[in-house]
Amino acid sequence: MKKSMGVTALFTALFLMASSPWAMAERLAIKGSTTVLPIAQKISEAYMVAHPETKISLSGGGSGNGIKAVIDQTANVGNSSRFIKGKEMKMAVAKGVTPVPHRIALDCIVPVVHPDNTVSNLTMTQLKDIYLATITNWKEVGGADKKIVVISRDSSSGTFDAWRGLVMKKERVTPRALTQPSNGGLVTQVATTQGAIAYIALGYLNDEIKALRVDGIKGSAETTLNGRYPISRPLFMFTNGWPTGETLSFINFILSKKGQELVEEAGSIPLY
Amino acid sequence: MTYREHTKGEMIPEGSSRGDRGAAPTDTLTGRGTALGEWVAESSLLIISLISIVVLGLILLFLLMEGLPTFSFVSVKAFILGHLWYPTDEPPDFGILALIMGSISVTLISSLIAVPSGVMTAIYLSEIAPPKMAEILKPAIELLASLPSVVIGFFGMVAVAPLMQRIFDIPTGLNLFTASIMLAFMSIPTICTISEDALRSVPVTYREASMALGATPFETISKVTVPAALSGITTAIILGMSRAIGETMVVLMVAGGAAIIPGSLFDPIRPMPASIASEMGEAPFRGDHYHALFATGITLFLFTILFNILAMSASRRFRLKG
Repeated sequence: MKKSMGVTALFTALFLMASSPWAMAERLAIKGSTTVLPIAQKISEAYMVAHPETKISLSGGGSGNGIKAVIDQTANVGNSSRFIKGKEMKMAVAKGVTPVPHRIALDCIVPVVHPDNTVSNLTMTQLKDIYLATITNWKEVGGADKKIVVISRDSSSGTFDAWRGLVMKKERVTPRALTQPSNGGLVTQVATTQGAIAYIALGYLNDEIKALRVDGIKGSAETTLNGRYPISRPLFMFTNGWPTGETLSFINFILSKKGQELVEEAGSIPLY
Repeated sequence: MTYREHTKGEMIPEGSSRGDRGAAPTDTLTGRGTALGEWVAESSLLIISLISIVVLGLILLFLLMEGLPTFSFVSVKAFILGHLWYPTDEPPDFGILALIMGSISVTLISSLIAVPSGVMTAIYLSEIAPPKMAEILKPAIELLASLPSVVIGFFGMVAVAPLMQRIFDIPTGLNLFTASIMLAFMSIPTICTISEDALRSVPVTYREASMALGATPFETISKVTVPAALSGITTAIILGMSRAIGETMVVLMVAGGAAIIPGSLFDPIRPMPASIASEMGEAPFRGDHYHALFATGITLFLFTILFNILAMSASRRFRLKG
């Protein structure tokens, strides 16, 4: 494993020397989505071991901030758990910046319930109706006569954004929904609340909670990769124009076999 | 600059000895060295105390600078009275009425629990409890005050909420009621210790006079001691309440976080501090959402100022009577 990393590093280093004459003491600023953050952290650590002369500064701040940083050219790489919006693209063009998306990993969002819940499958429409509060009792979807406790992520989270886009189709989650600022808190809450339903990133699944199938399909790395699982999304890193120099070598590292192994370690789904 | 003027004013009585070369050095007490030392001590203390005012001013300025731009995209009325808080939608809704109501309701209900128990504990400790009992109780209550709020929040989330869920057979234990109980835990020590100090500072002669007139211990407490300490007790209550309204971690963890105006004791709520804490991390820097969160901070600050003014005026008014 160490060897393959060394080989990758060597190749990228060679590539660097060939492509840019100022490869010494490069600085890379990476900023954006907190969903991508654990991946970026693992990758950056490994990258800095392989390239001791490179200093990477990494920070969160949300997808919007990541893309904004690329547009303002305050970061070399902007992390985002969503694609760039039309409004942002216009802003970029006005500033003479061409944001280029790089798909670096996949993420799949799984609806979860209390382990005692008898329901094991929900359709996309049922999920949407539950989060719109038009379905409020588990018996309406084939479960026990129990009130549904809808739990959502905070409105600023990237996971919430994906849920809103993929499940809610831009309609509003009921204001009665409980919110949790973190994935961890959400798992605890579902584990202790009989009627609860929530959604989490695949990496956070454990034995205390029960994952639901969506439209009969189980959320997993496999069903996400073959596109059958409906609630999945790609994670992006944006650069200004096609990357060069250190930025290119960094992006290449993520897309390498070693990089994708690190993606899996960070709890997301590798591209291959 | 201000401190120098202030010092000058203070120094006027001794100023003559400093300015006059011939007269001063003979007397050691008003001598030049002592006067200089005093001046250094006085002004350094003044500077130190001014630092906190400067810091407060800077924070206030920052709060206003970051919060006021909110009202360029949403009117003050729509902000304060709007029911819907959907800050990240397109188009967004920035109405914090539900957040304000959440804060107010959780503060009121927690003080309904904390005020009687805090004040009664204080009365027991200072008036009734045998010294040995007070020796055990008092440190225990003070220790409760030093519990980190995240610990109280975690306890509420993992232990109290599931218990509530079972006892009352409600869908979720994370609600207004549980949050109020946990907040009451936090404000009881504040209310109790300050009230107790107020009760203890009532001169013993008052009690003795009351007893000498034939009043029972209960009559002495309810008609003499407590009314005499009322200014301190009121301050204690208001400080306890302002602790509850500004508390963040506990409500973030146990209040449920739904931005609705609570209709029942078991509805989840989203008080202002919880909203700010959970959203600030991901709100785009200097975006609309960011400014709106600062404006929420201003609203919260106004509430705590109001509580402090109330506490000050209450202590003044009752003191005049006593």
